[in-house]
Amino acid sequence: MANLDTQHKSHDMGLHQEQLTGRTQQVFFSPAAEDNFLYPESFDVDLDNKAEFDAGEMEISAINLKIRALMQAGHGHIVVKNPLAKHSLGVGILNRLKLEFIGSLGYFGCGLIDGPNVRVHGRVGWSFAENMMAGTAVVEKNAGSTFGAAIRGGDLVCKGDVGSRTGIDQKGGTIIVGGRSGAFSGFMMQRGRMIILGDAGINLGDSMYDGTIYVGGKIASLGVDAVPGEVNELEADWLERKLSAHGLSAPNGARNLQKIVAGKKLWNYDNLEPTEKKIVL
Amino acid sequence: MCGIAGLIHRDGSAEIGSELTSMLQALKHRGPDSSGFALYGEPQGDDYMLRFKVAEQEDMAHGFDIRDEVKKRKALVDERIESGGTKIVEQENATDYAFRYRLSFDNGAVDDHSNMKRFADYLEDVEGAEILSMGRALELVKDLGDATRVSDQYQLGTFTGTHAIGHTRMATESDVDIRSAHPYWAYPFSDVSVVHNGQLTNYWGFRREMERRGHRFMSNCDSELIAVYLADRMADGMPLKEAMDLSVSELDGVFTYLVATADSLGMAKDTMAAKPMVLYESDTFIGLASEEVAIRSIFPDEIDTWDPYEGEVMVWQI
Repeated sequence: MANLDTQHKSHDMGLHQEQLTGRTQQVFFSPAAEDNFLYPESFDVDLDNKAEFDAGEMEISAINLKIRALMQAGHGHIVVKNPLAKHSLGVGILNRLKLEFIGSLGYFGCGLIDGPNVRVHGRVGWSFAENMMAGTAVVEKNAGSTFGAAIRGGDLVCKGDVGSRTGIDQKGGTIIVGGRSGAFSGFMMQRGRMIILGDAGINLGDSMYDGTIYVGGKIASLGVDAVPGEVNELEADWLERKLSAHGLSAPNGARNLQKIVAGKKLWNYDNLEPTEKKIVL
Repeated sequence: MCGIAGLIHRDGSAEIGSELTSMLQALKHRGPDSSGFALYGEPQGDDYMLRFKVAEQEDMAHGFDIRDEVKKRKALVDERIESGGTKIVEQENATDYAFRYRLSFDNGAVDDHSNMKRFADYLEDVEGAEILSMGRALELVKDLGDATRVSDQYQLGTFTGTHAIGHTRMATESDVDIRSAHPYWAYPFSDVSVVHNGQLTNYWGFRREMERRGHRFMSNCDSELIAVYLADRMADGMPLKEAMDLSVSELDGVFTYLVATADSLGMAKDTMAAKPMVLYESDTFIGLASEEVAIRSIFPDEIDTWDPYEGEVMVWQI
């Protein structure tokens, strides 16, 4: 069990100010609790053991089964060539893995992943990395709408432009967009951080419960209950480190990013008891 | 759900029939009910290409007399075409119920859209007759089944031209028949066609308004409204791009649609960007589709693609 008394830097950054108890207590990851994080369908792989295959003529299910078979054989670095924008590739991977796609993915790529480090040397379609739990997923070109829908953890990065509803229902983790992000980005966001280095479309952060959005470019409009905040020094340092880790930087420096947070004036805040709010969040 | 696709060859004619077939077939999972093609070939002098049908596909399976009835209807259409001095230069029976004519008019008799409307209304007055398209470059083909089936049925694989739009349909709010399939011809404007993915929530109000203004609707499909809407605005002298810009604010709902004319192709997306569209553009080719997999069906090599944004309207000149 994680030590709940441990002071975390995130508290200093204002990201976790609430004191949670009972069934709503927040459990922070601890290496000591590692054995609690294993899944039945995860594999023990060697990250230096590389394999690659050409997916150009393969069906979607065959590609995913091939990835699984390679992991089962202990390969920890898998390169998939010619994915040809096929849908639902690289989904449900629950262990450490270096996974590379040389080309573009279609819809629902790399959904439900927990742990792998994914790199797509191309574009991704709608709903990339939906429900991602942990790990990193980096897209070198553009992405479609609902990028990172409902992610709960990890770093999700698109170095190009992204469509609408980025990070809809985001529940944790960090989403980074190198270019522009479309309408309703951060819609109903509940936790985590989103960094948009370019412009943001209309209704940014609409109905967000919590979490933080940072924007480097112009914001077309803010959504309902999304309000400006101030970037403090700790956040700026964290932003710089996080962006530089992915080879990115804020256009005018991290300190000049616009910060958007929840105004917390929606009906649910007025109608719920404090303990109920914690359950909702 | 529905899938839409479009393509432009900027450097002259290419095999757009087979290319659009591949793109639409790659989108079959978005809707297998019907498939449609609006193909823009090389104009043949001043002649017009007419595509029309005199019955639905399903009609052909009902009744003992339907084949005779279809022949009578076609003969009546022929008679009405020729009664005004128009010559049928070529004719082709694409199916038992759908036909392709090449027509020669005297002195540009239907160049004006009001004359085109009179001509179209006269032909559509024949029971079961529906003009699918009329224009110097446009040939519109739609029928039930997936793209490969329709393409084979109408022998579109060898069709050459500069640009095209197409549609694969999952019927949600109207029937599975040819009249509810896309593309829609923007009657009575020659060479204007529309395909749409989405739902229009102010369809009925707008339809009643358009009907009061004298426009005809052949189906109960909300997508037809977009073609009628654009035709109505253009009838008032509004340029296509301006009409499309206005449509984004006036049409309510979620939509992405493509519209093509003899020399342009446009795309419009609703203000919430709720329906997908992926774009690829190079010096020689433009490809648009609901999913990248459609574009990749004709471009197996890696390409750069992106999504247009909310409320965006784009028009390319051929």
